[in-house]
Amino acid sequence: MPILPDSHGRFGPYGGRYVPETLMPALLELEEEYAKAKKDRRDLAYYLKQYVGRPTSLYRADRLTKKFGGAKIYLKREDLCHTGAHKINNAIGQVLLAMRMKKRRIIAETGAGQHGVATATAAAMFGLDCEVYMGTEDMQRQALNVFRMRLLGAKVTGVDAGSRTLKDAISEAMRDWTTNVRTTHYILGSVLGAHPYPMMIRDFQAIIGKEARKQILAAEGKLPDYLVACVGGGSNSIGLFHAFLGDRKVKMVGVEAGGSGIVSGKHAARFSGGKPGVLQGTMTYLLQDDNGQINLTHSVSAGLDYAAVGPEHSLYHDQGRIDYTYATDTEALAAFDLLAREEGIVPALESAHAIAQVIKLAPQLKKSQVIIANLSGRGDKDVQQVARMRGVEL
Amino acid sequence: MSGRLETTFQRLRDKREKALIAYLMAGDPGLAETEQLVVALEQAGADIIELGVPFSDPIADGPVIQQAAERGLKSGTTLRKILASVTSLRKRTNIPIVLMLYYNSIHAMGCEQFCKAATAAGVDGLIVPDMPPDEAGPLKGPADAAGLPLIFLLAPTSTPSRRRLVAEESHGFVYYVSLTGITGAKLSNVTDIQQNVQKLKKVSASPVAVGFGVATPEDAAQVSKMADGVIVGSAIVKRIASHQQDPGMVGHVAEFVRSLKAAMAPA
Repeated sequence: MPILPDSHGRFGPYGGRYVPETLMPALLELEEEYAKAKKDRRDLAYYLKQYVGRPTSLYRADRLTKKFGGAKIYLKREDLCHTGAHKINNAIGQVLLAMRMKKRRIIAETGAGQHGVATATAAAMFGLDCEVYMGTEDMQRQALNVFRMRLLGAKVTGVDAGSRTLKDAISEAMRDWTTNVRTTHYILGSVLGAHPYPMMIRDFQAIIGKEARKQILAAEGKLPDYLVACVGGGSNSIGLFHAFLGDRKVKMVGVEAGGSGIVSGKHAARFSGGKPGVLQGTMTYLLQDDNGQINLTHSVSAGLDYAAVGPEHSLYHDQGRIDYTYATDTEALAAFDLLAREEGIVPALESAHAIAQVIKLAPQLKKSQVIIANLSGRGDKDVQQVARMRGVEL
Repeated sequence: MSGRLETTFQRLRDKREKALIAYLMAGDPGLAETEQLVVALEQAGADIIELGVPFSDPIADGPVIQQAAERGLKSGTTLRKILASVTSLRKRTNIPIVLMLYYNSIHAMGCEQFCKAATAAGVDGLIVPDMPPDEAGPLKGPADAAGLPLIFLLAPTSTPSRRRLVAEESHGFVYYVSLTGITGAKLSNVTDIQQNVQKLKKVSASPVAVGFGVATPEDAAQVSKMADGVIVGSAIVKRIASHQQDPGMVGHVAEFVRSLKAAMAPA
């Protein structure tokens, strides 16, 4: 397999660096520093083990397996990471880079709040200033995480533009970075944006798949038949999939947010309703109209509610290496309940989309087959929202 | 190629004047008003019009231009309608018109089709703020074939090697971004601007215009001493915004432009 991306940050036709000139020198510097930092990752390895709690477990979900009577289901427990989601893997990696570049101010965007919390956490640990941009719609549905970020000493700034969700938070963070680029490092939370972000964040998350590959070989003596993960920007999914890309027999399914259904237009399933274009620094599949204006998206899950997908995913979609499907809000909520009751795990609504696909897939497979689903985050942050949706006041 | 841009800069040079480049968001509040504004601003002393194409996610723009883009989208403005407006304007005015648009608007139409349509309409150049020269490959061929200059931006953070790249790739003029930031921020560090523009002029065959943060006649006067052109955007758009319901809006904006141009008169 060729090493991707190429030196221009391209994954085939996707990726690149579509940013204002003001940011170009910073992106080039980041690429250079990252290349140097990559050679010695002892500091990163230390924090991932002692602070994040890696390796996370690969848990055999027996009751879930039995319920569907099909494939054996394993869950990669990223929800057990410090701060409750895989996002911390990237946040620690990038904070270490910021320290190398002597940038003492950190900014980030956040949708569900998990990346914001992870960034605020890493910044607190290293004593850096931190400001997190978040759409006001997301601040409302993820109020708990807003409070957590403030508890960690971060400034949370609401963004009241456009759909008031993740996309608008990214634009505002890019504007801040453009203004303060000399003193500030922007910790993007997913495999999005301009090169080197999609590559770098993938590398930081690839540890998920590296661990899972070893763990499944130890547990089953063979590679899995299927990998399943939710895809918002696509960092937890590429993190799980990457170590298996060369294993041609391992099938991979990325699950996007189907929202109220594709026909309704209220969704965030880029591969079902989108086409290639440029948004926020990168060429990739986008939900857009015929004039190239970006469509508003909808998902019950703030972390998947975004109009673009990571450029590397776009390439694997076109190549057919990864299958992309979607789960609707209703399906995700049913999976959320099911996992809580059958396994005693309350998943993040994002991760519940992956579980929804497991529910569809497992019964069709043989008992000898194996599925690994990425449980990218825990659902504590969503409890309040789900209660509200069900008319329960907490 | 001796286009309207080149002719304009030459004419101004002969008079020892500097170009006033006035930015308008197309379709704010409507395309009919935009057309009236173009004609009125030319009469008031604008030398070049930079016409913004509204985009849903303008990452290089501050709140003033963002809100103008929202109003433009709300009034139903599309790239095709803007090109039709330019076509109709060409019956009334010869002022150079450059489009400022985000790359996705071009990509959605297709580079080749867009460049042909833009030239046919009478567009004189393109400024694409999220497309550095490094990513211009797919647009360059069709733009060259259509005789449409690509105007690139240079920033205070740009390194000497990027300065050379931008100077080499830019045609029509080079857009020097006066500050490390987004449109509508406050002008600062005039000494830095002067030094950077001087360095840029040494390597650029094209004229250099300075924009971002030029808000008052005093700013325009100061910047016009250093560069070949002065770009005023947010300050104009702000006046359009605050006079949306006012039948005298066009006259009011023209008056402001007249004051900018007067301040730029050679000593």
